[in-house]
Amino acid sequence: MTVDMLMDWFATIGDFPILSFLLAVVISGVPLFLVMALNAMVAVYVERKVSAFMMDRIGPMGQGPGLHAGKWGLLQTAADAVKLLVKEDTIPETSDKLLFKMAPFIIFIGAFLGLAAVPFSSVLQVADFNVGVFYIIAVGSIGVIGIVMAGWASNNKWSLYGAMRSAAQIISYEIPAGLSIIIPIMMAGTMNLQEMIHFQEGNVWGILPNWIIFNNPFTFIAFFIFFISAVAETNRTPFDIPEAESELVAGWMTEYSGFRWAVFFLSEYANMLVVSGLAVAGFLGGWQSPIPGMFDTGAWGLFWFMSKLIFLIFVMMWFRWTFPRLRVDQLMHVCWKVFIPIAMFNIFGVGIWKLIFG
Amino acid sequence: MGVVKGDQMILNIGPQHPSTHGVLRLEVMTDGEIVSEIRPHLGYLHRCFEKHSENVTYEQVIPFTDRCDYLAAMNSNFGYVVAMEELMEIKVPERVDYIRIIMGELNRIASHLLALGVYGLDIGAFTPFLYMLRDRERILDMFEYTCGARLLYNYMWVGGVSHDLPKDFEKICIGFLDYFEPQIEEYNNLLTYNKIFVERTADVGVIPADVAVSYGVTGPNLRGSGVKWDVRKDEPYSIYDRFEFDVPVGDGHFGTLGDCFDRYWVRMLEIKESVKILRQALKDIPGGDVHQMLPKKIRPPKGSVYRRTESPRGDLGYYIMSDGTPTPYRVKMRSPAFTALSVLDEVSRGWMISDVIAILGSLDIVLGEIDR
Repeated sequence: MTVDMLMDWFATIGDFPILSFLLAVVISGVPLFLVMALNAMVAVYVERKVSAFMMDRIGPMGQGPGLHAGKWGLLQTAADAVKLLVKEDTIPETSDKLLFKMAPFIIFIGAFLGLAAVPFSSVLQVADFNVGVFYIIAVGSIGVIGIVMAGWASNNKWSLYGAMRSAAQIISYEIPAGLSIIIPIMMAGTMNLQEMIHFQEGNVWGILPNWIIFNNPFTFIAFFIFFISAVAETNRTPFDIPEAESELVAGWMTEYSGFRWAVFFLSEYANMLVVSGLAVAGFLGGWQSPIPGMFDTGAWGLFWFMSKLIFLIFVMMWFRWTFPRLRVDQLMHVCWKVFIPIAMFNIFGVGIWKLIFG
Repeated sequence: MGVVKGDQMILNIGPQHPSTHGVLRLEVMTDGEIVSEIRPHLGYLHRCFEKHSENVTYEQVIPFTDRCDYLAAMNSNFGYVVAMEELMEIKVPERVDYIRIIMGELNRIASHLLALGVYGLDIGAFTPFLYMLRDRERILDMFEYTCGARLLYNYMWVGGVSHDLPKDFEKICIGFLDYFEPQIEEYNNLLTYNKIFVERTADVGVIPADVAVSYGVTGPNLRGSGVKWDVRKDEPYSIYDRFEFDVPVGDGHFGTLGDCFDRYWVRMLEIKESVKILRQALKDIPGGDVHQMLPKKIRPPKGSVYRRTESPRGDLGYYIMSDGTPTPYRVKMRSPAFTALSVLDEVSRGWMISDVIAILGSLDIVLGEIDR
């Protein structure tokens, strides 16, 4: 909504549509980039700490004066960022240099565009599309082009394997994810994320909030299919086969170093934010309060949205540090033979449910 | 799998790779992700152990044995000193035998913990690895308390051990065992019974019993294939015949007999058996001296001996030939990990790259021992 609001405001000053559009995009795009960077900084720190506590360690800690990681290691990510920025940027001699340099940008664009449509609250949303859900799913697949590009251009067998696995995986898992996100669309009758969240106002059965996940058994299943597919789309354990540290060294990122690699990292965490944001908006009531009618004014919306988002991201980290990794064919088996049939069945189920119960 | 034949690609795994367990290079012929042949290339860690041994005195060979199987250095020492004592026909004080068995079994637990933890890491689970290393740490602390070293001990000497046990060692060790035994169940809940872990390991990389025997595979890898063979039981050395313990064998717990899961599972069960042996040994350990009086320069009589012992990786054999001088004429080590690695090619054919990593991990090789 920010872009539209800014443009309306500019229109009151004077009539210069192209300039006002550009200004509006820049004014709302820069904070969005900051959100993305801040998200990565915080998420890396949280991931370090979460993994540490799960592993019976304490994680990064600062001690004593001088160069150290701050209190409770809070400066750890800053140190990481500095390290990545000053690191030598190596490009392999035999690589396809143009594609090699382009790939991080494309992956970044995919993640950045997706973030633009995430409804952080009823007003905090960069672009309120009437096809928001469709848009996020669509730009989410741009990233895979970058991944394949990176894998191919690196001219490294590990990268190639990683890229091929990644392409197969992301394209496959988009199908169950897409089929599951159809269900909120069917329920709310709209693809607009704000309208979808407004649909989830009030409560159901008197106790539970009227979130789509609690609406009927089919939506409940659909949420889990969507979330697991989303984890697979973001290449995280147990579906991290494109990176597969113990098999493919670092998969498609093997040859990247320094800031190019940091961009991949940034995009990975931004992708987590986008898919979790979609899950929250589609199934968990977006910025609606879990207690209907209470704490749902003004900044509370942002608070609830972020809480739900952070919880989902925490679950992703929880997965990562407890589960082993699946094999390529097992991954495909889960997708094509388990998730897609259930997701299809869900669509019929929700349709019939709507027909009978309203 | 493998119906459509594409072009073959040679994939070079190692020598620098996260999961080759040392510096091993595997030349893998792949058709897509399917592996059609594996050629292991050895020697990156070759340190001329056997040739070196011919130029030093018998006592000075022991530190070299540490550096062969560096994850189970106590057991490497153990094999050598047992062989030496057999060659010299001497008998060590009873306390020494007990101390050796305590140390050997503790090191077996430490080695298996590392093997199981790293196996989880190979499959992609990071957390169990750190849980197991946390407990291994306490064993290493006990070693440090006893002989000052944490990895390469040089603890067992011909005719004795370097230091007697510290006074409160038994109390500490029993305390550790009481803490450790419930932990095994924790590992199982965390990793062993995980659905994804079972999917990744069951039915994968099956070594049938006849293949295992014909390749000379020993230790937990052989027992994983269902063959009940344990040198401690079948050819007892030292005083292993005094202890009550079972020899766990694979039973195709979740899949086929002899798959990766069985090899993993046998190691887990062996840890329990080691705890059993340790409890008995700590109960019966007599007092006394820990050194046998021997001349400063050992001169075994002319002749040769071959003695095999059960290291955590299998039959660890030492062939020692003496010509009556203070330096050995020949020392040959029969490495269990070497034979385990040789079976990799046959077992891995037709599986995927991810499975090769899983199979390699389940064989639990130590490159220091393979290359010597």
